[in-house]
Amino acid sequence: MSSSATVPNSQSQSQWELQLDNPSQRVALVLGDNDFTTVTDTVTALALRRTPPAWYVAFAVSLSLLSILIVTVGYLLTTGVGVWGNNNTVSWGFPIINFVFWVGIGHAGTLISAILFLLRQNWRTGINRFAEAMTIFAVCCAGLFPGIHVGRLWLAYWLVPYPNELGMWPQARSPLLWDVFAVGTYATVSLLFWYMGMIPDLATLRDRAKGRFAQMAYGVFSLGWNGSSRHWLRFEKAYLLLAALATPLVLSVHSVVSFDFATSQVPGWHTTIFPPYFVAGAVFGGFAMVLVLSIPAREWFGLKDLITHRHIENMAKVMLGTGMIVAYAYSVEFFTAWYSQHHYEQFVFLNRPLGPYWWAFWIMVFCNVVAPQAIWFTWVRQRVWVLFVIAVFVNIGMWFERFVIVVTSLHRDFLPSSWAMFTPTWVDLGMLIGSFGLFFTLFLLFCRFLPMVAMAEVKTVMPQAQAHADEHSGLADYQPSPDTPRELRRGHWFT
Amino acid sequence: MSTQTTTAAQRPYALLAEFDTVAEVMHAAEKVRDAGYMIWDVHSPMPIHGINAAMGLRPTILSWITLAHGLAGAAFGLLLTWWMNATSLPGLSSSVQGYQFLISGKPIYSLPANIPIIFETTVLFAAIGTLLGMLGLNKLPMLYNPLNKSRRFLRATADRFFIVIEADDKMFELQATREFLQTLRPTAIETVTED
Repeated sequence: MSSSATVPNSQSQSQWELQLDNPSQRVALVLGDNDFTTVTDTVTALALRRTPPAWYVAFAVSLSLLSILIVTVGYLLTTGVGVWGNNNTVSWGFPIINFVFWVGIGHAGTLISAILFLLRQNWRTGINRFAEAMTIFAVCCAGLFPGIHVGRLWLAYWLVPYPNELGMWPQARSPLLWDVFAVGTYATVSLLFWYMGMIPDLATLRDRAKGRFAQMAYGVFSLGWNGSSRHWLRFEKAYLLLAALATPLVLSVHSVVSFDFATSQVPGWHTTIFPPYFVAGAVFGGFAMVLVLSIPAREWFGLKDLITHRHIENMAKVMLGTGMIVAYAYSVEFFTAWYSQHHYEQFVFLNRPLGPYWWAFWIMVFCNVVAPQAIWFTWVRQRVWVLFVIAVFVNIGMWFERFVIVVTSLHRDFLPSSWAMFTPTWVDLGMLIGSFGLFFTLFLLFCRFLPMVAMAEVKTVMPQAQAHADEHSGLADYQPSPDTPRELRRGHWFT
Repeated sequence: MSTQTTTAAQRPYALLAEFDTVAEVMHAAEKVRDAGYMIWDVHSPMPIHGINAAMGLRPTILSWITLAHGLAGAAFGLLLTWWMNATSLPGLSSSVQGYQFLISGKPIYSLPANIPIIFETTVLFAAIGTLLGMLGLNKLPMLYNPLNKSRRFLRATADRFFIVIEADDKMFELQATREFLQTLRPTAIETVTED
């Protein structure tokens, strides 16, 4: 971190003019003439101001997309799963594609909040809240699809093990039940982590709010938080513990999702590379979604000093790195198919680029492998809107990746007599579009009413937070301090 | 320096000293610690690194709570999967009885196939235990606190730092403690009353 004397003003210079040649010195994480007061003002004003007209416009658009979802799900439930394009051969059409797509998106949020925390990447503080919110909303969208895919949503509670008069229990050795536990745990833990991190910021909003209702609402959810250092001690420990729990959890979730495919015998699915390949793909697609959300948001909400160019560039680099893992996984799949000398496996991998769904395969390759290569160039990384376009490509590509995995593997399996083509119906497309409506509706509500940036966390990485720059310079973010030496411990209180 | 007037009927709850910067409040906290106060606290908008030693706080037992919940979750997952698919005790009501699921001639119970569920319940229990443990140890939710009456204290969650010495402390004497706080060079001192 550069010294406070050289904290630059983002208004006058671009991040790139500020980038120092010496890599051991980095551009500050919070730019501009900001202190604790201005950071608090900037973020709380976004939640406490009058609703801007543009928000209503955006909300109306998302609600109309959401209404498509409600209508199509209603039609599905009253009519039956025949309204989808799924058929006997391609029995896992759009619902599972959308499920894997959305649950993958969520992974970037947990990566930022947990894994980057454990790796002491302090730059995550600016985008953390944002990305975690994205995780929760993406998991909401994801959870919907397996629920309606069971066909009779009103019996979806059969997925849960509970004593019942039918004497019936779920099958604990099935990856589909693993999925129930993995996604259920992931949704719960993500929500807890997000909420816990938000408690101090909700308290700030409570103390800043002018209206009685806002004071009450933020007051209830901030649980009486008042910034006590005794509380912070346990809060930071809890944050560390939750990060340590969420890290293996997030890796397990997409691994389990990939087991849904990998434990089957379908050529193209039955591969051991699936778990790491899925996890890398999830992080790749998730970071693309964080970029798609944060690039416009920092512009519209005036958060350029908090979500700086450095944040955007770092995210682009993570996207490039995970994108390269995904590209490697694609090529290894082809190599393995060739090397296995397995007739069916080889056919699937010829059928993907050259068969009837060749266009889906090549969209996937272009969006996921070719497009991100531009990020190698400084010129591209300097231009956030070019990164935005690449991130949109990656999102499209990751959806098509799941389309390729599900549809091209299923539509031509062992017996040519059972081959069939898959065509999505208007209900399929409506649900895909509608799920974006659900996602953006939830996200807009979050942007309107909740602290969009983790204020307390950002303050810990500002130079003003360091009492002794020399002694504690290694600690920032919510990293717990070392335990107090015995001779200094005095408090009677139970800690 | 502003002082809130206190009538004899209003019992003091605490003395509040306001500081502008992290370094000032850290050094002040060290002096409060060395003066021997016990029931006192530092309030800040974000965690201050090094404040635990400056205040003399003990390490938290939260990690053990997490461990206990995690182990309970693992035991729950293990028993759940085993009971569901590998037991069938005669004499029990069919609604609680397990069902011996025979799949593809595989063993009725084998640990590896059940690890995913055991892992997830471990994490789920541990995470819930961590959050509830943190809130419980912090005595949250706290519906009311006399400090909320201070207008000045509203900035504790935004941009100011406070040392609060409670009247319950054995060493607390309104005048003497106020004079002691005065020596720490705060920007303001305020008496907060009960009720």
